[in-house]
Amino acid sequence: MNEVITGIIIGLGILFDLFGCIGLVRFPDVYTRLQASTKCVTLGTALIVFGVFIYEGFTPAGIKALLVMLFILATSPTSAHALARGAYRSGIKPEKGYVVDKYQELIEKEERGDFAETKNQGTKRGI
Amino acid sequence: MFFKNPYFWGFGLLLISVYLCLYRVAKGPTPADRMVAIDILGVILVGFCALMTIYGERDFYLNLAIAWSLLSFIGTLALAKYLEKRNFDE
Repeated sequence: MNEVITGIIIGLGILFDLFGCIGLVRFPDVYTRLQASTKCVTLGTALIVFGVFIYEGFTPAGIKALLVMLFILATSPTSAHALARGAYRSGIKPEKGYVVDKYQELIEKEERGDFAETKNQGTKRGI
Repeated sequence: MFFKNPYFWGFGLLLISVYLCLYRVAKGPTPADRMVAIDILGVILVGFCALMTIYGERDFYLNLAIAWSLLSFIGTLALAKYLEKRNFDE
């Protein structure tokens, strides 16, 4: 019974990984690729590692698998966010242009110095 | 037959995912595309290590998975800082 549940969860995880990578190849620009692949691959790998946890139970290996799942769920969205911000600041545009761009307005407002009183000295450049 | 083995399908589909990521690394028009693909490749390899734990009946692959996930995270942060043209000490 345990092995059947493990097989179903790991199979779902592998399918999520595959669909995320198909999205990585098929989408037109950086932001949509990031959007498709990061969510799908994070959930897929977390499901695979959770299947390993169910297979092993509460042994040292199972606890390690749970730890890997927590690491993946914490670190992968963070690195995706950092990559999206880096891509924006290096000047890459989306394929069809912007409808609304709040982040550019925020950067311009910060460069004019509207936030100079309300922000600390150390965090002036980072938003 | 080998195609009735579920591990064949599992490892095969993960390998197809890895090849799709490598295609994006080779083809990607901007540097940000390549960095996204390398990040995704690291996360898929963690899943590969976890699947090897069940297949090989040895649990030291999970230690590899822990180390790989943290190192891939730090590497991606450094690449994002490089893309943003900022210094590393900010």
